Amino acid sequence: MVKTADVVVIGGGVVGCSTAYNLAKLGAGKVVVVEKKYLASGATGRCGAGMRLQWGTETNCLLAKESLRMLAHLPEMLNVDINIEFHQNGYLLPAYTKSMVEQFKKNLVLQKKLGIKSQWLSAEECLDVVPFMNIKGVLGATFCKEDGHCNPFKVTEAYATAARNLGVEIYTDTEVLDVKTQNGQIVVVKTTNGDIATNTVVNAAGGYAKNVGRMVGLELPIFPERHEILVTEPVEPLLGPMVMSFHHNLYCQQSPHGSFIMGIGHPNEPESFNTQSSWQFLCDMAERVVEILPPLAKLNVIRQWAGLYDMSPDRTPIMGNTPELKHFFTAAGFSGHGFMLSPISGQLMAEMVLGNTTTFPIQMFDVGRFERGELFAEPLVV
Amino acid sequence: MDNNAENTIICRCEDITLADIHRRIAKGEHSLEEIKRSCRCGMGPCQGRNCTPLIAKELATATGKSIAEVTLPTFRPPTAAIKMGSLLGVKKDG
Repeated sequence: MVKTADVVVIGGGVVGCSTAYNLAKLGAGKVVVVEKKYLASGATGRCGAGMRLQWGTETNCLLAKESLRMLAHLPEMLNVDINIEFHQNGYLLPAYTKSMVEQFKKNLVLQKKLGIKSQWLSAEECLDVVPFMNIKGVLGATFCKEDGHCNPFKVTEAYATAARNLGVEIYTDTEVLDVKTQNGQIVVVKTTNGDIATNTVVNAAGGYAKNVGRMVGLELPIFPERHEILVTEPVEPLLGPMVMSFHHNLYCQQSPHGSFIMGIGHPNEPESFNTQSSWQFLCDMAERVVEILPPLAKLNVIRQWAGLYDMSPDRTPIMGNTPELKHFFTAAGFSGHGFMLSPISGQLMAEMVLGNTTTFPIQMFDVGRFERGELFAEPLVV
Repeated sequence: MDNNAENTIICRCEDITLADIHRRIAKGEHSLEEIKRSCRCGMGPCQGRNCTPLIAKELATATGKSIAEVTLPTFRPPTAAIKMGSLLGVKKDG
């Protein structure tokens, strides 16, 4: 293991790997990624693999738009021969209540202003997109055909491969035990495989970001929350877009591979590192998804699992440092959409770490926003 | 890569050949969890009941470990594939 590094990135998920690649590309010197298990073993590899432009805050819309633009030609951009299974079949977001309709129409105005080609569909028009959908109770929907899917393992592998090609060292099965500071400066990252002397750390530890923050005395308002998910056997193409219902708190998408991936958010899920699967979820999921998409009753569920959302209080990522410790950067709190925002987030983090002008203004994403009361309050999270 | 390896199917659910597995191992993927995620072997309808022991043996050979030292991937529910339709109404009954 290396003894010194210019930057140590903690966390080998997609955000950590994207940040490491961008750091190396911008000439940050020796960049090291330390991962407790293996690449994409946390939230990245457990996520629903969707990507969408349909968000309710300007910041999330812009981050998503730029990320999608990058994902569309990621292997070429990174110069790697890896198929990331990029597909754009859209996201359909049905509305079931008047307040939901109002919110969605507001979103459309915002999205249109930002050049996102989302549109309003009547309940009947939803059937043009998903012919077998049960439109009972549907008051209309928003649809954006540019939304879609990517394989999280492959996107992570693409960034990790490109990072290694630029000299980044990635240590898997290596856990960070402590980050030591001296006179307000980071001096060393202690791991299960030895110490790395460094002055700069990027905390991309997802659901564990709070624990890493505490190593340097920083209390990050990021908490882990279990989200369960399942997959069916692969079948012939049947469902075009991701169907995401905030009323049922569910999302369901057929991947290009043919399997259906779906999950629900539980409103009372407590803060914990629990990633156990439950039979309650399995039954709940079947009940809700078959109600909206009846033909799915015939599909075989073959596997269920769970992962941790790294939730922040306003469901918007925390990206930045603090005045007390200028070289400790956090890139976490993505609240269930870190995968789809990872391409631009990694670039912005690298620019910030190097003190460059960032492509987008991101100083308002710092953790200090919670004390200042300058929140973003993303309404559209399952 | 020899023809036998290219023609030997290790994972029948996802059509993964022995040569595919050798390539993943050569890339530095030295655990079943990593190989599973990179090529979907063990993620199909049989949930690895056919391929997992075979890949474990390949990993053991390549890394010089005994098979007992190759960590198995997490076994996930449901144990056997189950139709969504069969799960309906469970909550109301119970």
